[in-house]
Amino acid sequence: MHGITFDIAHLLAGSLVVMSFVQLYQDRLSALINVFAAHALVLALSVAWQAFVQEAPHLYITAVIALVFKAIVIPVALRRIIVRLGIHREIETVVGVGPAMLLGIGLVALSMVVMLRVTADADPLAREDLAFALSVVLLGLLMMVTRRNAVSQVIGFMSLENGLVLAATGAKGMPLVVEISVAFSVLIAFIVIGIFLFRIRERFDTVDMQAMDRFRGEKR
Amino acid sequence: MVVYALYTVAALLVLSPIAVALGVAPRGASAATSLVYGACLIVTLVLGAVALLSLLKYSDTISATALPLGLPWLGAHFRIDALAAFFLVVINLGGAAASLFALGYGRHEETPQRVLPFYPAYLAAMNLVVMADDAFSFLVSWEFMSLTSWALVIANHRLAENRRAGFVYLLMASFGTLALLLAFGLLAGSGGNYAFDAIRAAQPSAGITALVLILVLIGAGSKAGLVPLHAWLPLAHPAAPSHISALMSGVMTKVAVYGFLRIVFDLLGPPDWWWSMPVLALGGITAVMGVLYALMQRDIKRVLAYSTIENIGIIFVALGLALAFKAEGLAFAGALALTAGLFHVFNHSLFKSLLFFGAGSVLNATGTRDMEQLGGLIHRMPQTAFVFLAGCVAISALPPLNGFVSEWLTFQAILLSPQLPSWGLKLIVPAAGALLALSAALAAACFVRAFGITFLGRARSPAASTAQETDSSSLAAMYILAALCLLAGILPGLFIDALAPVVQSLSGGRMPPQGTAEWLSIVPIAESRSSYNGLLVFVFMIVSGATAAFAIHRLASDKVRRGPAWGCGYPAAGPLTQYSADSFAQPIRRVFGTVVFRAREIGEMPPPGSTASARLTVEVRDLIWNALYAPIAVGIAFGAEQLNHLQFLTIRRYLSLVFAALVLLLLALAIWP
Amino acid sequence: MAVIRDFAFQGAQMLLVLLLSPLLTGFVRKVKARLLRRQGPPLLQPYRDLIRLMRKDVVLADNASWLFRVIPYFIFAATWIAASLVPTFQSGLLFSWSADLIAIIAVLGSARFFLALAGLDVGTSFGGIGSSREVMIASLAEPAMLMIVFTLALIAGSTQLSTMAAFMNSPEVGLRVSLGLGLIALIIVAIAENARIPVDNPATHLELTMVHEAMVLEYSGRHLALIELAAALKLLVYLSLIACLFAPWGMSPPTAEPRLLIIGVAAYVAKLAVGGVLLAVFETAIAKMRVFRVPGFLGAALMLALLATLLRFVSRSF
Repeated sequence: MHGITFDIAHLLAGSLVVMSFVQLYQDRLSALINVFAAHALVLALSVAWQAFVQEAPHLYITAVIALVFKAIVIPVALRRIIVRLGIHREIETVVGVGPAMLLGIGLVALSMVVMLRVTADADPLAREDLAFALSVVLLGLLMMVTRRNAVSQVIGFMSLENGLVLAATGAKGMPLVVEISVAFSVLIAFIVIGIFLFRIRERFDTVDMQAMDRFRGEKR
Repeated sequence: MVVYALYTVAALLVLSPIAVALGVAPRGASAATSLVYGACLIVTLVLGAVALLSLLKYSDTISATALPLGLPWLGAHFRIDALAAFFLVVINLGGAAASLFALGYGRHEETPQRVLPFYPAYLAAMNLVVMADDAFSFLVSWEFMSLTSWALVIANHRLAENRRAGFVYLLMASFGTLALLLAFGLLAGSGGNYAFDAIRAAQPSAGITALVLILVLIGAGSKAGLVPLHAWLPLAHPAAPSHISALMSGVMTKVAVYGFLRIVFDLLGPPDWWWSMPVLALGGITAVMGVLYALMQRDIKRVLAYSTIENIGIIFVALGLALAFKAEGLAFAGALALTAGLFHVFNHSLFKSLLFFGAGSVLNATGTRDMEQLGGLIHRMPQTAFVFLAGCVAISALPPLNGFVSEWLTFQAILLSPQLPSWGLKLIVPAAGALLALSAALAAACFVRAFGITFLGRARSPAASTAQETDSSSLAAMYILAALCLLAGILPGLFIDALAPVVQSLSGGRMPPQGTAEWLSIVPIAESRSSYNGLLVFVFMIVSGATAAFAIHRLASDKVRRGPAWGCGYPAAGPLTQYSADSFAQPIRRVFGTVVFRAREIGEMPPPGSTASARLTVEVRDLIWNALYAPIAVGIAFGAEQLNHLQFLTIRRYLSLVFAALVLLLLALAIWP
Repeated sequence: MAVIRDFAFQGAQMLLVLLLSPLLTGFVRKVKARLLRRQGPPLLQPYRDLIRLMRKDVVLADNASWLFRVIPYFIFAATWIAASLVPTFQSGLLFSWSADLIAIIAVLGSARFFLALAGLDVGTSFGGIGSSREVMIASLAEPAMLMIVFTLALIAGSTQLSTMAAFMNSPEVGLRVSLGLGLIALIIVAIAENARIPVDNPATHLELTMVHEAMVLEYSGRHLALIELAAALKLLVYLSLIACLFAPWGMSPPTAEPRLLIIGVAAYVAKLAVGGVLLAVFETAIAKMRVFRVPGFLGAALMLALLATLLRFVSRSF
């Protein structure tokens, strides 16, 4: 039960959770994009290891897709966007870094308890990976909720999606078709968001959500 | 055994009217002081000896008696078993130390006739609470304890803040007693048999026990100082004279812990799986909040009062763990946790009394409790500084003194808790452990500040530069307590073995006998797992320090020259340029206080060209008071205001009220099935 | 006979740590200097500094108390105890059962308590700055360290360092997530406790933002020598701790076989050298943080350690 494969799978899944925490800790956009690239890299490694352990070669393709799109293409594109928008500044947070990390720990604890209780009679490797995956999803949601900047909310959404991919690969049996469609939907969503950001920036000179709420008449 | 104890308590009660009589007599004041405190010292020593004997030698026999006082169908039952014996030792040790201290300190009291009559009664009441064996005598003694301590709190009634402290204290003490009254009522059930033996034999339903647990947490917890019912403690404890503050912080809070132990561990029967969760949560929060509050205070005694709240939190975390283990039937782990909690009860009464005595000596010598007016007292009051330092080291849980041992035992108990199956506990216990670790580190910071600003550095006011050393009996009391702290730190095995009968009776298990372990170390679980040897650490420290000093002085150099302080070359900086209490706490205030207290620093700079001085305001808000107490006070005032209208009705209105009440009662009679 | 041999080994460890610690400090300084393309001071310079300081007169401020004079000896004694109890070349030494990891941390904590008091003793504002910042850093570093101890104790089944080292050296330990988290947290705490960049700068002595150096500003002569020796010992303690817990290979079990002992000593010196190089590279690569960014840094360590403990509570296989 405590083989080296078990441990490496856990190590990689745990590193993904740690990367999510590191994302929560960042307060500069360019650093956040770098951490997101690392996040996607760890995801790719984890999926590749799952492919090796489960002897499922189509997962290698998933890993390569994650690596190419999410670790290389999207961060480069995001960096170009923020340079064009001129927002190399700090991310405004709704909650401070300390309380956000504490909330993060609480969410990880919650997801551990829920997952380990609900899947009490499943394969131990799978259920603990699922627990980590749920943590990554919740941490991605936390990031979206505690940031004001639109770009950082996009990155939170992307890391949430990474968590879903981890869950799907851990559950033994995610066909390639699903991954391709997921990847393309992500890409399209990304293009749409990018266009949106450009239009918003053109109109209002800012992508700060709070300012836009003011314009909409919902002053906080 | 218990009969001897009751005789000595009666002796204490007799001292009160003697003190009144002496106080009224002309020029009897100083004779009264020496007589009353001396007699109390002797009586508490006797009572403590009786209790120690019954704990060590007669721990398997229980002596009980019933007196024909109180309610006619109940009488007053008193009993000494192992738990009661242990708490009697704690109470009387504290009482003896306070009486010895007061032999010197009491001479400086302005109005001794407001203190002396209530002091023996207070000691007697605390002893009676612990010995009570039925709900009626328990509650009567509890209230008596509250009332006598209230009288002592407002001994110095000319200050408005003392009057307010007494008012808040009286309110919260009454509220706590109400909660306990309801708890005992539920326990006695509809049969109404209030004797503890009957309550033990009864098997109440799960709903009743849950309600009783909540009520006991409110009642005993508010007396002990659990957050959020702690608000009276930092007001009342500083207001009383210092030996009374020591008794209230070091001993009365432990009587409240006794109440919790007696009801929850003894009278309620086998615990449910969820009981430990509120206890652990409240304990952890109390520990951290207490020490954070302590770091924001300037008044030495208020710092010590908040630190008491922190230590009560630590005790309740240990007790919560013991409850969790007991609920799962893990007797050995429960014994470890309970030993940790009880040992901390003993330790805290020692070093908190010591610290309050030191604060009392400083207050006497300088006339002020404000740390920002003090400084440099280590030169003027060297012995007081030495024992106060011992108290600070002990309370910061540093080896080789006793605070570390109880903290170490608590951590070992936490390390045994992954075997608990409940998921809620799997989350709460690591959180409580983290909160405990955080409070220990912050406590060290708090006492570096308390000792450093008060005793070290240079004097910040004329009062501090002209202080004199305290009386010899006060110093004797402090030295004895410091020696006990060291003893409990380097020979903890003796104390753990003495606690074994208490732990056995409450949790059904006991720790392995420590007296036989190699080299007098303590081995709570098994040799291979962990062990600690305080004596060896202490000896090692002394030997290596002395060797280093000797070697360097002989081989290298032992010359000393004096000169002005270097201070980076700044010339002749005045005493006010040193760090003050507020500035020392500033980094911690900035890290933790912005969230917990909404702490803000507002600097007002005058416009350029103006010669007005700049102003720095530090704003710290007590969020618990604003969220809990202030709305209640406003609500009560509002309700009272509305009810006031009932005072001014016409006769016809009053008659119609009576008529309506009568008709309603008749209706109820008619409808009732 | 066996008792005398055990005493000899324990005594050998005590002497070894005392002799190696200035060398370690000198080595780290030399590597840092070389990385910055300087020559750097010679490797044995810290020994010369200590001897020079011991021979000098002590100049005390007029209002320094007896506590000020006693504290350096106490700090040295406490740090030396901690250094003697952490397994270096052999586990299971004679006195290793007298203090477990929690006690060792508490002993180091008491050294820090008295150092903070020394900063306040003379009554200058520099001492106050150092002491107040030191206790703030301690209020986060100590809980983090305790949570790391909990994690390791829950994995190894004991808080006794020799037992932990033996467990980590055995094949039962796997590549656990909580061990990885614990290692990162321990490295952060070690940097903070030893007053290294990015938390504090050990190289300069007079800047306002310093923490450790501000507290010892008024010390001179043999007192200052003892405090510097204690700081060097503390660095050795933390490196030995990381080595014995996370890289325990080569450590000799409790035995008198000369081959194993020599391997143990050689492995230990090699681990110190590697640790020193890594520390020097890290310090050169990163800039010192503003004082009020340090709580965030240490808070991250506390969170990682708390997460590791939580994972161990929740499941045995993490």
